[in-house]
Amino acid sequence: MSVLLIAEHDNSKLKPFTLNAITAASKIDGDVHVLVAGANCENVAKEVASVPLVKKVLWCDSPNYQNYLPENLAPLVTKTAEKYDHVVASANTFGKNFMPRVAAALDISQVSDIIKVSSPDTFIRPIYAGNAFATVKSNDKKKCVTIRPTSFDPAEKTGGSAQVDKIEAVDVPNISKFIKREETKSERPELGTARIVVSGGRGLESGENFKLITDIADKLNAAVGASRAAVDAGYISNDHQVGQTGKVVVPDLYIAVGISGAIQHLAGMKESKIIVAINKDGEAPIFSVADYGLEADLFKALPEFLAELNKLNTIQK
Amino acid sequence: MKILVAVKRVIDYNVQIRVKEDGSGVHTDNVKMSTNPPDDNAVEESVKLKESGKVKEVVAISIGEDKAQETIRKALAVGADKGIHVKADNYIEPLGIAKILKKIVEKEKPDMVFLGKQAIDDDCNQTGQMLAAMLNWPQATFTSKVNLKEKSVDIVREIDEGLETIEVNLPAVVSCDLRLNEPRFASLPNIMKAKKKPMEQINAKDLGIDLTNRIQQIKVEEPPKRKAGIKVANVAELVSKLKNEAKVL
Repeated sequence: MSVLLIAEHDNSKLKPFTLNAITAASKIDGDVHVLVAGANCENVAKEVASVPLVKKVLWCDSPNYQNYLPENLAPLVTKTAEKYDHVVASANTFGKNFMPRVAAALDISQVSDIIKVSSPDTFIRPIYAGNAFATVKSNDKKKCVTIRPTSFDPAEKTGGSAQVDKIEAVDVPNISKFIKREETKSERPELGTARIVVSGGRGLESGENFKLITDIADKLNAAVGASRAAVDAGYISNDHQVGQTGKVVVPDLYIAVGISGAIQHLAGMKESKIIVAINKDGEAPIFSVADYGLEADLFKALPEFLAELNKLNTIQK
Repeated sequence: MKILVAVKRVIDYNVQIRVKEDGSGVHTDNVKMSTNPPDDNAVEESVKLKESGKVKEVVAISIGEDKAQETIRKALAVGADKGIHVKADNYIEPLGIAKILKKIVEKEKPDMVFLGKQAIDDDCNQTGQMLAAMLNWPQATFTSKVNLKEKSVDIVREIDEGLETIEVNLPAVVSCDLRLNEPRFASLPNIMKAKKKPMEQINAKDLGIDLTNRIQQIKVEEPPKRKAGIKVANVAELVSKLKNEAKVL
């Protein structure tokens, strides 16, 4: 039997992480079917149909699915799941919201946030904020799985022509209402998906000094992160917090400035591809995970760093 | 109104966990344990709603071994009225926890269930949503703002793109994010008083639920270690390495 993947989209375009989830789904079983549920989302269904790894698209159009309220979406997914062995979605705020409702309705113990498919019933997932990896085998007949998108490459977008089947909407309980969505309006990329993250810690000594961090972030088109110590000290708001109790980030380049490297911070960034640490304390634990360590006073090093970056003309936008 | 707030005892977030050599799990002996951090936010919000007069009673529940009572006492010390300890000595998956909570909800009949968005040990992020589904209640996950009304609650929730506002009918399950509030510390007199607050004990086995885990943990291992990096002498060398060696600039 096949895999049912639930697409994330905004009713006009597919969200990029769905492509990563498609790759993961195809490692479970080659017969990947994608459910596109939304309101006036025909374009999304067509977009998904052109992904070569997708074998079939199930398109369900109803105003009830416009804002992906989990109370409305879960009954549709639960019903559609009847014919499938696996139900999968991204382990982001979209998938995390509705998938456990589906699992509970089907009396399935969900496997959350997998980073590797070992076999159709065995997966690897991080626990303790990535400080340990657990290999788990699901003994449920049907499986509900969420996928950590950054652990899988995005699927090729074009070249396929999967069949699109329109399916009927199901009854909704009318117990929840969407009011509004305010997307963070920042010139900078989102912390969770940025290619480069520049983070500051208590070493910055004040909120004003965080400008040294933001200047470099702007130059590199990077997101701004912070350690819990910097957030607790009030230097920056806690939506910037990287770590076990904040966000887990996996950028190509992570620059930790004035961050000692407490366990709780390392848990949120140590899977980054390249890590740079700038700290005046040569013994700081952050150096043990850094590819490039610079033992220096950040108040001298950061202006120099910005000046050097200004000399480069190759920075990717 | 009445709130049931669920708290979990986990390894403290500041502890460097150690994986057992035989791959069966992580060491928990002689390790500092605390309340799961976002569960503290759930308790704080429940107590604030009680202080505002909108909520009359806050019942704290924890499921686990006897020491889970310490976690309940902590909730009582910051303002919860009553504790329920569901004794269970083995690990129970979120599906089983949600089934236990459902039983307790049917008995206690709260208007809302508050809990943390996720536990920092198994990182599942399932229990609240599963409980809501089992009860046919609406849910609010990743909650960073609560505005309780008579028959519904307005919620601001943190999503990847920013913030979302929803209105859910009561009764509802609310899973709390760290930005919701600033959990208070218990004062010594309140810790003493909490010892006298009622604590009901129930044995999970007596609830008539099949709690067999469906997920078999095959092994737990340390993540691959990063290879030791190098120290650079100055900023110019750093930039040159990033550009020419790591090729990330």
